[in-house]
Amino acid sequence: MRREPPRNAADYAPIVFPGAMLVIFFVIPFSIMLAVSFFRRNPAGFYSPDFVFDNYARFLSPFFGSVLGFSLLLAILVAIICVAVSVPFTVLLTRASRRAQTLWLVALLSVLSLSEVIIGFSWSTLLSRTAGITNLFVAIGLMEAPRALLPGFGAVLTGMVYQALPYTILILYPAIVRLDPTLMEAARTLGASPTRAFFNVVIPALRNTIVATLIMVFVFALGSYLLPQILGRPRHWTLSVLITDQAILQSNMPFAAAMAVFLVLISLALVGLTVMAGGRREA
Amino acid sequence: MAGRILQHVFLGLVGLFLAMPLIVVAGVSVNEKKSLTFPPDGLSLAWYGELFTDPGWRGALVASLLLAAFAAALAVIIALPLAYFLWRRIAPWANVFRLLGVAPFILPPVITALGFLSFWATAGIYGQPVTAVISHAIFFVTLPLVTISLGFTTIDRALLEAAATMGADDRTIVRTIILPLIVPYIISGYAFAFVLSLNEYIIAYMTVGFTVETLPIKVFNALRYGYTPTMASASVVFVLLAALVFGLIARFGDIRRLLGAMRSEG
Repeated sequence: MRREPPRNAADYAPIVFPGAMLVIFFVIPFSIMLAVSFFRRNPAGFYSPDFVFDNYARFLSPFFGSVLGFSLLLAILVAIICVAVSVPFTVLLTRASRRAQTLWLVALLSVLSLSEVIIGFSWSTLLSRTAGITNLFVAIGLMEAPRALLPGFGAVLTGMVYQALPYTILILYPAIVRLDPTLMEAARTLGASPTRAFFNVVIPALRNTIVATLIMVFVFALGSYLLPQILGRPRHWTLSVLITDQAILQSNMPFAAAMAVFLVLISLALVGLTVMAGGRREA
Repeated sequence: MAGRILQHVFLGLVGLFLAMPLIVVAGVSVNEKKSLTFPPDGLSLAWYGELFTDPGWRGALVASLLLAAFAAALAVIIALPLAYFLWRRIAPWANVFRLLGVAPFILPPVITALGFLSFWATAGIYGQPVTAVISHAIFFVTLPLVTISLGFTTIDRALLEAAATMGADDRTIVRTIILPLIVPYIISGYAFAFVLSLNEYIIAYMTVGFTVETLPIKVFNALRYGYTPTMASASVVFVLLAALVFGLIARFGDIRRLLGAMRSEG
């Protein structure tokens, strides 16, 4: 059963159903969204077909600019914090026993699969006045009285780091597992301290991986939609929240679609960069 | 060995950070009164009971389980023949479909959700439960596609050559060699898609948010319109369910290998 090009209809049969499903339910919805982004809003119904750039022109407003700026900044911050914690963590993880690694991976996957709703609810409880961590601080004498740590920027950032951290570790894991352990040993034999070996040998060897991971986590964080709503104030709302808000509550599909198209372009450009970074690594 | 201790402290701190919110939620879920206090006030498992006896919560739980079960099955049905074709045939153009299979998972979910919303609205069946099943299946098709593709790459082609030499036709080879070898990967792919579909919020909300209440939607509504410890017990059940599924994958498969290959596809 050699790998060979398809010749007759039967050879093509397996791809017909998956191909049709992906085209009908992914490519077409995407195209409709693209089309809608040029439509005009119809207050009576959903929207009416047209070809206008009005929805894109609204990007030029200061309000949109500030939301976009905030979303990008928040996502960058989340990506940097996650990668800064995850690189040393994953290096240590890959040196643990097989059993310990498996346990960690199961735990990380469990946290990663958690619904954003559950993460938001958990952190809102943990940061609340009645059930929160400040009660613990009061009990050990660090604080005088318990207080609420949300809503606020810190709460949004913490929640999003929590959401993205397992993702970051699981992206880094395969690259770091394959890292040649003799690199580190050689550095140690030549007299470098573990810290020095980490910064001068491990980090440079992982440079492209780190760049790619930063971008992946950035795109992941851009998608966070519930946490800014649950843990933040309206001024902490991100582009993802704004899109849903316009689509569902304001019934302005054309504007929502235009923002979504814009978000796709940003994401695609960044994923393209990741692929290029990945390509260089293999070269 | 101060360095080693420091390393353990670091791992422990990350572990604590990941566990902390879950510990608090577990604590809140056993409150005796209808309040979200921690440490819990009294000890009661009544809120777990309510998850299964209260019609609203039970309905949400059942809706989520059904959605996840069907969506994951459909995702596997789409991913399996695609992965097989990509492995079996030399057809560079078909890689477009691999890309299409991975794209929904990489893009911010709100985009895919909005695409589905406009699609189902245009098709005129907006709000039907089947739309959520199809939408989730497309959104999570990446997971079985990645695991099953990985499964195919582990098959030693010499085995297939040997079988062919001894007179087995393609059909027999698929049934007696290929399928048994990739079943574990199919199960893993199904499990990943199932757990993630169970927890997914935004696509479910944008497709059937006004007609069906899945558990994440129910928890979010409770978060807005009235806290109850039941939302904590629901969260705990979901965490345990995820840990159980991934624990089983780790027990019967090689989770390190599955995760080691995630990257090459993603």
